[in-house]
Amino acid sequence: MFKNFKHEKVETNAGVLLVFTMLAISAGGLVEIAPLFFIKDTTEQVDGVRPYTPLESRGRDIYIREGCYTCHSQMIRPFRDEQLRYGHYSLAAESKYDHPFQWGSKRTGPDLARVGGKYSNEWHVQHLIKPTSVVPESVMPNYPWLMTPLDTADVADRLRALRITGVPYSANDAEYQRNVKQFGEAVAKTLHIPDAQKMLVAQAQEGNFDGDRASVSEMDALVAYLQVLGTMVDFSKVKPEDLVKYR
Amino acid sequence: MSAASMEANEQYNYDIIKKFAVMAVFWAVIGMFVGVYIASELAWPFLNFDSPYISFGRFRPVHTGGVIFGFGGSALFATSYYVVQRTCQTKLFAPGLATFTFWGWQAIIVLAALSYVTGYSQGREYAEMEWPIDLLILFVWVAYMIVYIGTLMLRKQPHIYVANWFYLSFILATALLHTFNNIAVPVDLFTLKSYSLFSGAQDAMTQWWYGHNAVGFFLTAAFLGMMYYFVPKHAGRPVYSYRLSIVHFWALSFMYMWVGTHHLHWTALPDWASTLGATFSIMLLLPSWGGMINGIMTLSGAWDKLRTDPIMRFMIVALSFYGMSTFEGPLMSLKDVNALSHYTDWTVGHVHSGALGWVAMISFGSLYHMIPRLWNTPMYSVKLINAHFWLATIGVLLYITAMWISGISQGLMWRAFDDFGNLQYSFVESVAAMHPFYAMRAIGGMFYLTGMCLMAYNVYMTIRQAAQATETAGAPAAATA
Repeated sequence: MFKNFKHEKVETNAGVLLVFTMLAISAGGLVEIAPLFFIKDTTEQVDGVRPYTPLESRGRDIYIREGCYTCHSQMIRPFRDEQLRYGHYSLAAESKYDHPFQWGSKRTGPDLARVGGKYSNEWHVQHLIKPTSVVPESVMPNYPWLMTPLDTADVADRLRALRITGVPYSANDAEYQRNVKQFGEAVAKTLHIPDAQKMLVAQAQEGNFDGDRASVSEMDALVAYLQVLGTMVDFSKVKPEDLVKYR
Repeated sequence: MSAASMEANEQYNYDIIKKFAVMAVFWAVIGMFVGVYIASELAWPFLNFDSPYISFGRFRPVHTGGVIFGFGGSALFATSYYVVQRTCQTKLFAPGLATFTFWGWQAIIVLAALSYVTGYSQGREYAEMEWPIDLLILFVWVAYMIVYIGTLMLRKQPHIYVANWFYLSFILATALLHTFNNIAVPVDLFTLKSYSLFSGAQDAMTQWWYGHNAVGFFLTAAFLGMMYYFVPKHAGRPVYSYRLSIVHFWALSFMYMWVGTHHLHWTALPDWASTLGATFSIMLLLPSWGGMINGIMTLSGAWDKLRTDPIMRFMIVALSFYGMSTFEGPLMSLKDVNALSHYTDWTVGHVHSGALGWVAMISFGSLYHMIPRLWNTPMYSVKLINAHFWLATIGVLLYITAMWISGISQGLMWRAFDDFGNLQYSFVESVAAMHPFYAMRAIGGMFYLTGMCLMAYNVYMTIRQAAQATETAGAPAAATA
């Protein structure tokens, strides 16, 4: 077949050139991407991992809006220094509800994959408003505008869009019951889209992230998100040999 | 010469090329200015001025979008329309669509920048544009494909010249990457906000398949197309080896698509995928260097031009940087090196040795070659081109040296242990230690930007000179023969 093949044929026929080029550039993506949707490593369920609550999800929107990923990663690598500095290495399942993923590519600031629970809410608020007030050497911008009220009107629409991408927020009773089974009743309640706005306000008031119970601010949402990062999986309950398969 | 150029003006559609060439220079100035600004924000954070619109996180995609898509994209549209017409010896197919690609593309750059500063972003590097802008890109790109392939079909030459293969693979690959990486579900039809269809590891894989091939096809294959036309043309020599260019083309097109996973070493992506990416990254060194050698050797027999012609110097230094960064890339894709380099400024330095050293310099060379021919007048000042060359070269060197030092220091500080097995440095100590290098990088950027401003001035004066020549003329003596 190749005996009589001359490259000239490709050079003199735009159609042939086009088809051959398409073949050449398609192979890599097909081989590397397609399997990820089917193999266990990347699709497995790990105990504790749940979708974000409406408030956390809105916080995540703000994280993306401000481009936090341009300086902070959310992906701890399996090295001794990272284990000591940030905690257990990240599992694929821990970002399974992240649309889009925010693993990042640069650490101008530290990794945030397990920042949840490391600092108090007050620390986060003060740090976000003026980072150098708590970390004098910091080069992070101030974010004073986060103290403005959070727009909660479209939170249900947002969760509905996420539901279409495959995040198990519940739109009806059957889905709610499924969530109760999978995540327990307390979590399932926060994932129910018809109650989204109510749940959001309730969490902001109860958590009191920004120190002001009266209103819900963008700060409430962002701090709620930061405080949940990396806390869903309880690693004290996981045996090391279980983890091999998630590597 | 003037008579021949007049003819060329009628034989080819130069109008669209002129527009794109001017916008390439314009976006280069804007994009690089924003780059210098955000680099300065890292060195002197007060420059964020507590303003949401120019805070680093929102402003950074304005820089990357401005230089990659504004400057790089406009330069590619300009040169590809120039090359495809001249090598096929025919006018552009569907000139109306070509005009649409111009206005559409400029609208995309402006809308994207506005959306970032007002807080709309997909949160995916180099693909931050939200869904309506993505749709516009898709329409423009389809129009571009029709114009380009249509022109190829109209060619008066039996052979399709090698530069066109590279441009074609860039157009096809960009269509493929853009489409699959931007599948998202909008919150509703009247808001820009959307969520990507994929999540977690799958999303990371798709994004870096896109991200690295934005480098591989948008920022490499297409600029190689530029190289394969403008280097031989400007040197007045044929391409060194035609056979090598065939191997270069197919190997590059096939291999680049596999290497994106080297951005995800040691992450939650399955090990096999990142190993495969590293393997192909190493192999990619061969076609890359094959191409570099092919470009540089094209000058054999005309080396003396390097002494006298700053445009030739731009092209050769560009190829040298291409060689250097395509050596550095495979090195950084090795898992052990990547363990140190990933997440640090070394990556940023690597990108800029490719972007400032290779992509921008080959574009400067090509634009300086093309602009006099488009406007049918010599460049206003060769001295300014020379000054631009030296400012740009010093700027890149300062930039990448600063980033090598800061990147490797960060990597080493993060993994340093004291005698008791504790971490030796807190994170913020590494931040503080980077300050001098961030300042040095910003200064390198200022050099580069200054050179770019000289180019803008030079191009402006050249165009003015051409306009004056046509005004005073009718008389052919006024034409700058």
